[in-house]
Amino acid sequence: MNAAAQEYITEDGRKIGGVVMEMKNITLRFGGVIAIKDISFDIREGEIRAIIGPNGAGKSSMLNVISGFYNPQEGEVWYKGARRPQMRPYQVAAQGIARTFQNIALFEGMSVLDNVMTGRLTHMTTNLFQQGIWYGKARQEEIANREKVEEIIDFLEIQAIRKTPVGRLPYGLKKRVELARALAAEPSILLLDEPMAGMNVEEKEDMSRFILDVNDEFGTTIALIEHDMGVVMDLSDRVVVMDYGKKIGDGTPDEVRSNQDVIDAYLGVAHD
Amino acid sequence: MSDQFIWGIEVFFNGLMAGVLYALVALGFVLIYKASGIFNYAQGVMALFAAATLVGIMNGQIPFAHLINTIFGTHVYEFGWNLNALVAILLTGGVMVLFAWVVQRVIFRHLVGQEPIILFMATIGLAYFLEGFSDLMWNAEIKKLDVGLPQGINLAIDEFTFNIFDYGFFIDNLDIVATIIAALLVIALTLFSQYSKQGRAMRAVADDHQAALSVGVSLNFVWIMVWSVAGFVALVAGIMWGTKSGVQFSLSLIALKALPVLMLGGFTSIPGAIVGGLIIGVGEKLFEFAIGPMVGGATENWFAYVLALIFLVFRPQGLFGEKIIERV
Repeated sequence: MNAAAQEYITEDGRKIGGVVMEMKNITLRFGGVIAIKDISFDIREGEIRAIIGPNGAGKSSMLNVISGFYNPQEGEVWYKGARRPQMRPYQVAAQGIARTFQNIALFEGMSVLDNVMTGRLTHMTTNLFQQGIWYGKARQEEIANREKVEEIIDFLEIQAIRKTPVGRLPYGLKKRVELARALAAEPSILLLDEPMAGMNVEEKEDMSRFILDVNDEFGTTIALIEHDMGVVMDLSDRVVVMDYGKKIGDGTPDEVRSNQDVIDAYLGVAHD
Repeated sequence: MSDQFIWGIEVFFNGLMAGVLYALVALGFVLIYKASGIFNYAQGVMALFAAATLVGIMNGQIPFAHLINTIFGTHVYEFGWNLNALVAILLTGGVMVLFAWVVQRVIFRHLVGQEPIILFMATIGLAYFLEGFSDLMWNAEIKKLDVGLPQGINLAIDEFTFNIFDYGFFIDNLDIVATIIAALLVIALTLFSQYSKQGRAMRAVADDHQAALSVGVSLNFVWIMVWSVAGFVALVAGIMWGTKSGVQFSLSLIALKALPVLMLGGFTSIPGAIVGGLIIGVGEKLFEFAIGPMVGGATENWFAYVLALIFLVFRPQGLFGEKIIERV
């Protein structure tokens, strides 16, 4: 029995499944700049995995590697027990990895409902011809997916703005709509890029609650980036800490908190 | 009622019909521009190419006959069949899909993320290439296109108006058919983009590439689809104009008529293309009718552009275009 398949009990007694994704010795370069340097870590089923680090540590780059937006020069990505070949982002999405963006990437001209419906695209299998006829299979598919979408809209409490064009919504709600769209894909792994950036305390609390609820209710595996330490420590089961493209810590929030390298990276070290 | 007024009404209706045809061409522009930010200068030539292909397939012309004969010293020109119009239209539709695939594969795939002006230049190149290619494939003669659409004066309207005004309106059956087909096409396109899965993907790509990728939309697929649809719209426009005035080089110049329509209606709006087309069609016909005789006629050549310029001054985004807001 290999370690990857074993279950894992967290500090607060939650049971976490086997490894669903593993990053092995990932190195990502942009010309001469090394954004990620030889990093390995894994994501287990059903956990909330955080990637933290100061600005410019390479967290977003790491998320982009996982979601296929960047292809690392070295290293391997293993997903569900198989090595993932180089893929384009839309292929990664089709494999069940959904994500949100740090600076919100929504379809501004479309309604909230339509935005969330795009999240279901990977679940819709009818072809152009069937869609053209519309009656029959395409219609059934639309209705089934619409039901799922309504469920998620209810869950995230955005019923009131279902028909509003996204461009008109305030920032906090946009973030929530983006979460809804990602969630609509019923992903195996949900990637959240700074879900709480730019929010006030109340909005942060709301978002934290939603993230926990999503994990609880649907058992969704979540990997998130945040640089607000406080929030991360409360939310996550395990934490990877990055600094200057390197991994400087990996473990439960308590382990990470007492790690000297992490403390140095966050508080700075006196040079004398 | 004065004669002038009654004639004016007739001119108005004829303008509406002409406007529908402008709108049809403009529609092709809007589709591609919305989904990929490319202003496709080749849209007019695509209409010419589609019409020439349709004639070629219907009459059983051998493609590249001239080239084949020169190389092999043969004298083959025709397969010797006459194909049913509907079958030929479907086959031509297939050719346009193939064309879309090639264009995406060979040109625009390599230009993703380039400046709009570079994409625009590429379409100019495409336009001239396609024009030559079309001549090479189906020869450059002026061809007659007849897919069985009714033509000539509509007697019912003639009689009806004669009973009311004592003057029968001349309205061409072809224009009426064109209007109906254009209306159906617009309705179908709107329904498709609003309610189908692929339509949703299309709107997603038009709105935000990155976000579209993240929900599993292949940009390439959507772009090929959009170019195919634009090719199909070009085919419909080509059939209408080709039936009216023969399949010939001047067909590609209808693209220039679509420009003022786009400025008026906005580059990103399907309803805008329709309304813009109608306004230009009616406007230029009425202007020619009312003012034309005073300035020596031929106002149709420039009226649309002057109207568009005036519009640019007051509403640069067009009637229905997205408002341009630059935050500092």
